[in-house]
Amino acid sequence: MQVNKTRYDLLTENLQPEEMIINMGPQHPSTHGVLRLELITDGEIVKEVIPHMGYLHRCFEKHCESLSYQQIIPFVDRMDYLASMNNDHAYVMGVERMLGIDKDIPKRIEYIRVLVCELNRIASHLIAIGTYGIDIGAFTPFLWCFRDREHIMNMLEWASGSRMLYNYIWIGGLFYDLPIGFEERCREFITYFKPKLTELNQLLTDNQIFISRTAGVGVLSPDLAISYGCSGPMLRGSGIKWDLRRADEYSVYPELEFEIQVGKGEMGSKGDCWDRYKVRVDEVAESVHIIEQCLNRLMNELKRSPDFDPRAKMPKKIIPKEQDFYIRAENPKGELGYYFISDGKTEIPKRVKARAPSFNNLSVLPEIGRGVLIADLIAILGSIDIVLGEVDR
Amino acid sequence: MMTFDEIKTLLTDKFGADAIMDAETSGLQPAILINPEMIVKVCEELRDNEKTWFDFLSCLSGIDHGIESNKFSVVYHLASIPYNRQLVLKVVKEHSRNSENLPVFHSVSGVWHTAEWHEREAYDLVGIRFEGHPDMRRILLPDDWEGYPLRKDYQAAEEYKGIKIN
Repeated sequence: MQVNKTRYDLLTENLQPEEMIINMGPQHPSTHGVLRLELITDGEIVKEVIPHMGYLHRCFEKHCESLSYQQIIPFVDRMDYLASMNNDHAYVMGVERMLGIDKDIPKRIEYIRVLVCELNRIASHLIAIGTYGIDIGAFTPFLWCFRDREHIMNMLEWASGSRMLYNYIWIGGLFYDLPIGFEERCREFITYFKPKLTELNQLLTDNQIFISRTAGVGVLSPDLAISYGCSGPMLRGSGIKWDLRRADEYSVYPELEFEIQVGKGEMGSKGDCWDRYKVRVDEVAESVHIIEQCLNRLMNELKRSPDFDPRAKMPKKIIPKEQDFYIRAENPKGELGYYFISDGKTEIPKRVKARAPSFNNLSVLPEIGRGVLIADLIAILGSIDIVLGEVDR
Repeated sequence: MMTFDEIKTLLTDKFGADAIMDAETSGLQPAILINPEMIVKVCEELRDNEKTWFDFLSCLSGIDHGIESNKFSVVYHLASIPYNRQLVLKVVKEHSRNSENLPVFHSVSGVWHTAEWHEREAYDLVGIRFEGHPDMRRILLPDDWEGYPLRKDYQAAEEYKGIKIN
């Protein structure tokens, strides 16, 4: 078969005398992990961006060929390692739906799942906000965000036994019930955290230097965002009201009140870096609101009881019927999907493919990074909020 | 908003009866098996028709059906943001597993930009080439990697550039 020249060949073969190739990464701090960006530059202007990934490829799908459904959960944790709970939740929901037990899960378990997921969403967004500050040159917000995130890490460690990679949500239940006193401590944290969010807004969101660096930079139009499969804050930053927690109404989200935050172009134009950043900040506030509602339920009508067993509904053998099934859920980064193929005979799935939100969000970078200044490219990349564990899988 | 059967009728009316090979309706998510030669036209129609508006490609997966069947397929998970609907399309081809000559499908990267990276991933891991793809390179594995790890006949590499793999 005749092999045609790829776009990469065409871009790199015919360099003009004034053009230069610069490698940004894979050890560059602002690439948020091991991502290499090959830039074709003309002075300070970036003419083309060519992302190279795979430095953190850990053969997720290859491993899944020899693991049972339950054994895959720790591997799922390690994809978006900043939001392990959300990864687990999506995965577990998919398997439960294939087994047909998703309606039998007790309400208390569902509320605990949503509670820990929203805590993890706040933690993930705090990293996104904090490191974005560093990318732009503001050091203090990073320290403040990490200080507050540490409280969440400690709480989730208390519940699951692990600081980042929890393996807490299991198929048909939970690892353990919440430890005694968790709800009270969580409530204390919320009381502590709310004023901190206001402080963070005063420090970074309304900071004139920060606005100058991000407003009007890296504008992503809604059409382009949809075509490139962007989801989560990337898509909502462009003004599209699309949140799978509302669209798919999974778990107990229909019973909870929250608003879908979208970018409005307050500082520059709609869909710029500042909008994407602001969507994340607003989502943290919404998550706080969701957590308060979960706590109310968990401390009143769904109170813990000594005979409550979070593993009671767990199936003895996890063998879904022969089928293929695609589950999607709203991760902090966007639409996380798993595509399962089950042969109906063994506990080992024939195929588990992960559709990672960061992977798709990153794919738009060559488009919106074309023709910008090198310093702005850092601002754009930071606003995409990628996790390389998930891009490379 | 159209039902699954209405979408099927829409496609057969537009492209003739041979556009749809079959339909899978037993599982939780029904799927339409599309004629591999017509997949690009079908996708364009589903994206642009104002009754369907499948503007979002959630996922594209290349699949090896196993050594006995010698079949390869590509699965498209479409989503419509305006209508909040999902649809699964599949294309299947038989292939002899000849390593010189990879299975070839038509690329839908012209319909949704996001398909570009998904198809590169399918090429990288499952060894499916996409005709009409502008940048058919490996994406996750090194450029000089030999073989396609998710193929069922894949032999795990013993070393890479003199480094032992174990």
